[in-house]
Amino acid sequence: MTEPLVQARQLTKHYVLRGGLFSRRQVVRALHWVDLTVYPGETFGVVGESGCGKTTLGRCLLRLVEPTFGEVLFRGENLLQLDRETLRQRRRYFQMVFQNPYLSLDPRMNVLHLVGEPLVTHTDLRGRALAERVVALLERVGLSADQLYRYPHEFSGGQLQRIAIARALALNPLFVVLDEPTSALDVSVQAQILNLLKELQAELGLTYLFISHDLSVVQHVSDRIAVMYLGRVVEVGTTDRIFHDTRHPYTQALVSSTPIPDPQARRARVVLQGGVPSPLNPPPGCSFHPRCAQALPLCATEEPRWVDVGDGHLVACHRVG
Amino acid sequence: MKEPLISVRDLRVQFQTYAGVVYALNGVSFDLYPGEILGLVGETGCGKSVTGLALLGLIPPPGQVVGGEIRYRGRNLLALPPAQWQALRGGKIAMIFQDPAAALNPVFTVGEQMELVTRRHRRLGRDAARRQAAEVLRSVGMPEPERILETYPHELSGGMQQRVMIAMALSCGAEVLVADEPTTALDVTIQAQILDLLVDLKRTRGLSILLITHNLGVVAETCDRVAVLYAGFIVETGPTEAIFQAMKHPYTQGLLAAIPRPSHRGRPLQAIPGTVPDGLQPPPGCLFHPRCPFAWDRCRQERPALLEVADGHQVACHLYDREAER
Repeated sequence: MTEPLVQARQLTKHYVLRGGLFSRRQVVRALHWVDLTVYPGETFGVVGESGCGKTTLGRCLLRLVEPTFGEVLFRGENLLQLDRETLRQRRRYFQMVFQNPYLSLDPRMNVLHLVGEPLVTHTDLRGRALAERVVALLERVGLSADQLYRYPHEFSGGQLQRIAIARALALNPLFVVLDEPTSALDVSVQAQILNLLKELQAELGLTYLFISHDLSVVQHVSDRIAVMYLGRVVEVGTTDRIFHDTRHPYTQALVSSTPIPDPQARRARVVLQGGVPSPLNPPPGCSFHPRCAQALPLCATEEPRWVDVGDGHLVACHRVG
Repeated sequence: MKEPLISVRDLRVQFQTYAGVVYALNGVSFDLYPGEILGLVGETGCGKSVTGLALLGLIPPPGQVVGGEIRYRGRNLLALPPAQWQALRGGKIAMIFQDPAAALNPVFTVGEQMELVTRRHRRLGRDAARRQAAEVLRSVGMPEPERILETYPHELSGGMQQRVMIAMALSCGAEVLVADEPTTALDVTIQAQILDLLVDLKRTRGLSILLITHNLGVVAETCDRVAVLYAGFIVETGPTEAIFQAMKHPYTQGLLAAIPRPSHRGRPLQAIPGTVPDGLQPPPGCLFHPRCPFAWDRCRQERPALLEVADGHQVACHLYDREAER
């Protein structure tokens, strides 16, 4: 068994809301007791609906937000215990690509500046050598040297996301968190970016955490998948197991709600009733029980434990096992 | 053959900007029949929202309809006096939008906003408008409609807000609903609920829906017919089953091939090279030719017209014209 690259243990992020003068202190459970392991060279997909904590998970893993509790081990070292300077040095090994390149790239910086910034921060490259390295990166992501002095507003969304990827790869990272990298793009452009990410991974031996709400995209890119609901992981397994041996009722609903572009495949859908409850006031027991068609009385009172159904396929559901 | 409820012919819309004239719609024609869902599909900037807005006469300046006809029950809306079109808008022809939170007014309760529609269009009194609002909310699957009427939009989830929008659209007996990306802002489990509702309204009320979307999966699951829009021009149209079984236009084929599917896992996706053409300088000839793998001389010079390749299945591509000549 290979050594894990990234491990999260009991990772928890609670946001405290301080409202007006007289309001009570409220706690949002954005991420609650999450355990996961990412191995070198794999694409680990994280899927869930808005507000399920998938972005918070990605950010906590890179310590872009400070977790409330838990551990993040990067090659065995707990990132949460590192001092500022050591953390700064480690940061070159893990990078992030954000959902909206229109917002994540500073409109006042040109491409040389945007892609060169991490190199200036972490290396001695300057002047011509820096420009040459930036051009090499741009060419690798399908852009060209004559775009070096252009600004973000001169590019399309797909091109901007290529720039963001070049920036993330500038320091030869080991681990890249991709937070909805294609959600702002049209499908024809999404296909270009997904292909590019796959090529880069094979070439550079990258490890990805791929966060998305789009099940078909996650299925396409991932080796293993974690399904999240209300700040918790409810099912983890290889992509095949998640899609062909779906165990958790929430995952089942998610799979059957995803529209498939084939009219022949119209199926009986499990349509969930109601919406996702507020993370301010999550239901007791299994947080999915109010929407679950298969809920038992036990589900309303007791949190389900992890059940291993084989091959590292874990499910948190009272119905299983 | 049934008479179409809405019939759009050669619709042209332009935007006068400082940079020049942007050609948003370059001759769009389609029919919407009673009790059907017609999917209008395309990528960002292809003109699908502009088409929807044009049906309600809501093209924002500096946009202008510069040619064509929009017929509703035989009457050309573009030639109607403003007051008559105003009476239809939000009445017989209604629209819902992508972001219901932005479409609802945050400072009025749901009830106040819903009553306004019926009081204006149907001259209902306060109490009658209230009863009507509760009734129509119930018909779109809202639990406790009386309580919902008292709430403000921010108290409702995105799915509930979209139900309120749909209820409001239906409250004056709409025959045509233009739904512009109605589920794009929603999560998939909520999207499934809203799509089920739209299909249900079609079946039970005979509502005609123009469903504008970028998602071919949504089209496959809900639409009876499809029209594919590229750079302000319909490149392919036909019954959903026929289109998905045998896509003819290279753009439609490319669009479907670009979607990740379980059967293609581990293989590269087929991307369409290049980007959508600039509306300021549309390419000559076929608008798709710069990105088309099959383009030949004629495609660069002559814009193809829609050609019938099977029953109700039309495609605008010279490839099929050539076949027909042989």
